[in-house]
Amino acid sequence: MFIPSSVITVGDAEFLIETLTGQLRELLTRRGITDPALVGIHTGGVWIAERLRQQLGVLTPLGQMDIAFYRDDFSRIGVHPQVRPSELPFDVDNRHIVLVDDVLYTGRTIRAALNELFDYGRPASVLLAVLVDRGGREVPIEADAVGTRLQLPASDQIQLTGPDPLQLRIQVP
Amino acid sequence: MSAAHIQLDRQGRLLHFLTVEGLTPRHLTEILDTAESLRGVAERRVKKLPTLHGKTVVNLFFEASTRTRTTFELAAKRLSADVLNLNIATSSAVKGESLLDTLRNIEAMQCDMFVVRHEQSGAAEFIAHHVKPHIAVLNAGDGRHAHPTQAMLDVFTIRRHKPDFPNLSVAIVGDILHSRVARSLIHALNILGAGEIRVIAPRTLLPAHIETLGVHAFHDPRQGLRDVDVVVMLRLQRERMEGALLPSEAEFFQRYGLTEERLALAKPDAIVMHPAPINRGVEIDSRVADGPQSVILEQVTNGIAVRMAIMSITLGHHARPTAENV
Repeated sequence: MFIPSSVITVGDAEFLIETLTGQLRELLTRRGITDPALVGIHTGGVWIAERLRQQLGVLTPLGQMDIAFYRDDFSRIGVHPQVRPSELPFDVDNRHIVLVDDVLYTGRTIRAALNELFDYGRPASVLLAVLVDRGGREVPIEADAVGTRLQLPASDQIQLTGPDPLQLRIQVP
Repeated sequence: MSAAHIQLDRQGRLLHFLTVEGLTPRHLTEILDTAESLRGVAERRVKKLPTLHGKTVVNLFFEASTRTRTTFELAAKRLSADVLNLNIATSSAVKGESLLDTLRNIEAMQCDMFVVRHEQSGAAEFIAHHVKPHIAVLNAGDGRHAHPTQAMLDVFTIRRHKPDFPNLSVAIVGDILHSRVARSLIHALNILGAGEIRVIAPRTLLPAHIETLGVHAFHDPRQGLRDVDVVVMLRLQRERMEGALLPSEAEFFQRYGLTEERLALAKPDAIVMHPAPINRGVEIDSRVADGPQSVILEQVTNGIAVRMAIMSITLGHHARPTAENV
């Protein structure tokens, strides 16, 4: 049986970026972190991290990570055919890192990203900022700054398109 | 053609890497792009990725090799695989063990990948036909037939310096007749749409009907090297002298050796490549091999990333619940 799927465009993600920026700014101030380095996870996380970097006035160039080689499902699905180079154009040692992704779901991507990050050096601290937390965690990982929280059934897919404009879409089967 | 056939699954994905022949631009580009992502690993604090953690790679070398085996070993280790090096060239042959028996024995050690070098053309393909379905086979050079990972590291190195393939002119110089490197490189360049491929060699070292591979043949480097972007020198196998194909090393160098004067015929920014190890003063002058246009050592570095890419892509396509294959 064919079930038509519908796409809900939640719309412009700019207001979520603003919320996220505000939370992150407050958190960094509270912790006394003046010079964080932002690292976006491909692809959506990189777009968001660049926005955050501009809004927070961070001078350190943006870090980018593609966690394809760190995924825990290689023995089931192999390597993603469009893997991009990871680039951290700063010394990770003793830096306060803000890891950025678009959607936090099972937490497995963040587990992989943390492992990759620590292969570059020993950061002073790591904060996690995500645009959307949709619940459904399978590993003990939580975000420090969140644009919005959504409770979605597992069958729904949530996707960020961008980079300009940044739009959030939810696909309902 | 059967080698091209057996190395792909039903969806046309690479299961083994036996030959470049018969592959599509998409296959080669995926390898090159993946290698590009893996290149930075060597510059990190931890030069290792967890991708092949728990896998076992066997270097099955029936023919001597230091460089190729070493870079395959390093590639596997940087992907966190365990590596077994078996140089079974003489020992098992002396004991009368057949290739299939050798294979079954090593298979019984529960391996996931065979990297095969053999003096017989078609050896890697033969092994790919007979291994258990969960094992990936990579050809590390079979007779005069193919050396596909070398070809991929060569085109990877070329792409990093000269990405405009449609306007690219590449000259391959030396013993084309016996060279699996040349054969695989010609296929790879053709698949990726390189503008012009030239081969430069004495008549005795050129296969008949070489033009059918889509190359232009030259016997005089003064014509063949003119305005090329890339010069690939091949290693002159000393044992060929005995077959009366060549008068002497000295004469070969005098007529074909890459000197600064000859290199000046190529474009001013041309790059010089060689699969190594080089014979200084036989096919290439030291001043060129160590000169500013030489990318020979960069090829060695790139070889690791390219082999990591091919290992993770092929083993990834064998990915499935392991229990059903054991």
